[in-house]
Amino acid sequence: MTAPLALIAEDEPLLAQHLRGELARLWPELRFTETAGDGHSALRRALAQRPDILLLDIRMPGMSGLEVAQALAEDWPDGVNFPLLVFVTAYDQYALQAFERSAIDYVLKPVQAERLAQTCERLRSALRQRAAAPNPDDALQAAVQQLRGLVDAPRPAAPALQVLQASAGDVIHLVPVTEVLYFEAADKYVRVITAEREHLIRTSLRELQPQLDAHRFWQIHRGTIVRCDAIATATRDESGRYTLSLRGHPDRLPVSRLYAHLFRAM
Amino acid sequence: MRASSSTAFAWPNPLNSLHDLSASSPHPLWKWLRRGLTVAGFCVAIATLLWLMRGNPWDVDLVYSLGTGMTTWAMIEGGISLMTHGSDKQWPAGWRGPALLLVSIALGYVVGTTLGDAYRGGVSSWADWRGSPRAFASYIAISLAASIVVTYYFFSKGKAQAQATRLAAAERDAAEAKLAMLQSQIEPHMLFNTLANLRVLIAMDPPRAQAMLDQLIAFLRATLEASRGGSHSLNAEFARIGDYLALMQIRMGARLEARLDLPAELAQMAVPPLLLQPLVENAIKHGLEPKVDGGRIDVSARREAGALVLTVRDTGVGLEAPPADGARFGLHQVRERLATLHGDAARLSLDPAADADGGCVAIIHLPITEAR
Repeated sequence: MTAPLALIAEDEPLLAQHLRGELARLWPELRFTETAGDGHSALRRALAQRPDILLLDIRMPGMSGLEVAQALAEDWPDGVNFPLLVFVTAYDQYALQAFERSAIDYVLKPVQAERLAQTCERLRSALRQRAAAPNPDDALQAAVQQLRGLVDAPRPAAPALQVLQASAGDVIHLVPVTEVLYFEAADKYVRVITAEREHLIRTSLRELQPQLDAHRFWQIHRGTIVRCDAIATATRDESGRYTLSLRGHPDRLPVSRLYAHLFRAM
Repeated sequence: MRASSSTAFAWPNPLNSLHDLSASSPHPLWKWLRRGLTVAGFCVAIATLLWLMRGNPWDVDLVYSLGTGMTTWAMIEGGISLMTHGSDKQWPAGWRGPALLLVSIALGYVVGTTLGDAYRGGVSSWADWRGSPRAFASYIAISLAASIVVTYYFFSKGKAQAQATRLAAAERDAAEAKLAMLQSQIEPHMLFNTLANLRVLIAMDPPRAQAMLDQLIAFLRATLEASRGGSHSLNAEFARIGDYLALMQIRMGARLEARLDLPAELAQMAVPPLLLQPLVENAIKHGLEPKVDGGRIDVSARREAGALVLTVRDTGVGLEAPPADGARFGLHQVRERLATLHGDAARLSLDPAADADGGCVAIIHLPITEAR
């Protein structure tokens, strides 16, 4: 077995340096990638370097650690071992409850050597198991199951949105949410697709989502929320991924692994 | 994998003791019984007084007195609870209070006399009084005086109690406001992250760790001062904001650049302690922390047409997104403090920054006062 590779994602330089130092002391064989200081670079680096272990700070600029983990589970290639995840947080009781529920490992900052030693022990034994019975797809499925628990964690509901206001030049279009086929994240904007046309609104999908009726609007990817009664078919390809076709619209929407469980014949 | 340890952090709540005070007040039935016994005590006293003055049999006067007193009391008690039902008033509003008093006394007087006559074996006081208007007048005077004394006794007691309740509520509100301010200024996430950094520095760079600890101590001290009210000089305000920013700089490294600009002639102006802190915290938490490249925060003071103008400007992600709840709370808190201290004379505005650096700018206008 080659020496395992770890990626640390932490925006506070001192803490990142310390975590790396402590890990190196407790686990001398461990190799490290360059530390990622924000969520986006953590995602990029993890996809490029495919570490065995990923230590994720929760509060990071760009994307939170939770968002990085979810995006990683969506974009991770088939047939490759998914990194073992450890979340690192100073104070976030809601996230901790979610980790406990999903049996995801976490350490609290300031990181205590004893606690970190336990985590290292767990990681070592998980890696040994993987080496003994390599089955990357099962490992990925297990991680997806855990992360679904985080996605489904109850979040504060916002007042339901009835009409969207999208500006185009000097005109503001009022779009009833019931006419929206799907929403798609586009950088700092959200594309709003109706049967007739497409609008841009200045908000993020993350902020929009709590304002939508969760029974009617299904998240199917970190960047896509679709109105469920606009879906015509869900087609599975040979790798097990679903693609949706819509009623009265030619677009095809891919469903990520995290949300594949929504589609199951009755 | 399963993590075995978890931790919970809770602020000690000094309000519990205040809540306990109100929770320990006795059951309504017990209060009612106590008032009844007090009235009965008054009745016995009146009967004894009459017996001493007139020499009639004591037991007879006691029946008259108890009959009249207890009926009157029951009427007043029932009337009050009917008329003030569902409100926190102790006494019916307007003309209804005195009317209740008069009706209750009249009825108490009829019932008491009837009972007393029956006890004496069927004599009729009504017939006696028709013969002697003077005896009738003295009886009325005694009943009326007793009723007024007893009612007044309960009324003033109730009023004192209501005042005590109000006072306790006001104290609780003040304590709650202080606690909210403490919590917003020493946000747990900030505190734990700072301590985590401090712990690392202790091993790595002891002199820097000491400097950081001094800054944390100065900041925590100022936070406690702020929760006690009062004021300090703008110089001290900028020093504490500087401490806070230095702590944040250790955490954020090169991602946070800070500039403080306090003209010397404004250094002795008085300001409420840590007035700017929620604005600086918002600028970092909602402006610079979410921004991958970080940015700059400028805190400055200037004098402008009889007003002190304090500005907190950041080059963060700006106001495109609606402000988070935490940010709104911080702004609300600053506005509350300004309104309490200066009424309409002070104001706070938050706007997108006008120049190319982006971000947003918070401005406080204060009427000028010199430090005490």
